[in-house]
Amino acid sequence: MFGRGLTALSLFTALTLTTAFALVFFYAPNDADQGFIQKIFYVHVPMAIVALIGFVIGGWYGLKYLRKGDRADDLRSYVAIHLSLILGVGVLITGSIWAKAAWGHWWVWDEPTLVSFLIVFLLFACYQPLRFSIDDHERQARYAAVFAVVGGAFVPLNFMAVRLAESFVHPRLGTTGDSMPGSMRLTFLIAIIGMAALYATLWRYELASKNATFQLRALRRRLGGDEDSLPRRSAAPQVLS
Amino acid sequence: MTPAPVPTTRFLPTVSALVRKDLLLERRTRETLTAMVLFSLSTFVVFHYALDRSSLDGDLASGVLWVTLLFAAVLAIGRLFVTEAEQGGFDGFLLAPVDRTALFVAKALVLCAFLIVLELILVPAFAVLLLGPGLGQALPELVAVLLLANVGIAVIGTLVGAIGVQTRSRDLIVPLLALPLIIPLLIAGAEATAPLLLDGGAEPLPGRWLAVLALYDGVFGLLAYAVFDFLLED
Repeated sequence: MFGRGLTALSLFTALTLTTAFALVFFYAPNDADQGFIQKIFYVHVPMAIVALIGFVIGGWYGLKYLRKGDRADDLRSYVAIHLSLILGVGVLITGSIWAKAAWGHWWVWDEPTLVSFLIVFLLFACYQPLRFSIDDHERQARYAAVFAVVGGAFVPLNFMAVRLAESFVHPRLGTTGDSMPGSMRLTFLIAIIGMAALYATLWRYELASKNATFQLRALRRRLGGDEDSLPRRSAAPQVLS
Repeated sequence: MTPAPVPTTRFLPTVSALVRKDLLLERRTRETLTAMVLFSLSTFVVFHYALDRSSLDGDLASGVLWVTLLFAAVLAIGRLFVTEAEQGGFDGFLLAPVDRTALFVAKALVLCAFLIVLELILVPAFAVLLLGPGLGQALPELVAVLLLANVGIAVIGTLVGAIGVQTRSRDLIVPLLALPLIIPLLIAGAEATAPLLLDGGAEPLPGRWLAVLALYDGVFGLLAYAVFDFLLED
């Protein structure tokens, strides 16, 4: 149920990501101010955008779970937030490297995008501790969904508040995008498509893998062995039905 | 299959009964408010020594005031649903034929009331202990900012308190969830208060921060109102 079309998606991801990196290194010009280091932009920014959208998607599936009560939606929400957290670590690290190279500091507080990303990341970092500390699987799914919905709504509001509070120094899409030469913009576009495809592929793979684990466990239980029963506590969803 | 219609009592009397119950409980035990007030006063002393300043103004004064307020609020958030969870209040409430959202509204009102009482003590104490410039002329603006922030803290606090009370590690989850969610309120509140506490006399309050506070209150108020039911179902 989760594996359909995965091969095509994987191939598409491999293709776009390879194209994106080839364009980054051989086609896009070096930045006039920052030189070569500016190329981290093609990894950092797509990753950040995809991670944030992933958090919102997690909230969306949380909302769907609350309305319909389908455990598969809980799993989708969990996997989306989990993957976004992993990307989030990458965003913070690449952001720090870029800040060090461009401004000479590992962390710059008056840069709203980095700071608001950190706040969102810290909030969603509580998602798994929250799940882990609720024993009952059904209640865990429900509470996690409520959290995901609130967190999803928090993302845009937080960005607005932080952005208002700080000066505008971070290169941003929309404001700086108009001054970007066409070759850079094309590269950036392909990079963001590649990153989104990577996210979608990993998401689908993880869903398929979790689903396979659930089915295997159900089969084992039907064969009478109970050595593989449900763990008493876990942060991940344990059953689909 | 729809369940048979149950005669429900009206919304407002339910809310008022719940609020009266909580206020009576607080008047008898004096647990939460005492803890909040004592904690904030100790925090002022801590700030006095940690910053090594005997009077503050501007950004620093506003920051100290807001940090103290938030940490005291987190104390109240952690205690908000404890009697419901430990003494069977949730079961009693779920058995009653009333709208479940009434509990959310009542708890948010109670938390808001706690915060207002706390601020009535906290702000004068702050003015006496740490604040350099006088508070007189900026008071109406400060009250407006605090009231708007109270609504936001109460809404988020009720939601987080209800989530946290059902987890095993309640004391750990509540501050972890509450603080990042309250950061936008802190930003808007601290930025709006800073010009009011300047040494050379208060400057006008930047209106956009009031707008941010109101937007936050509105968005999270509606959101919490919509999802709170799911935290009670059992």
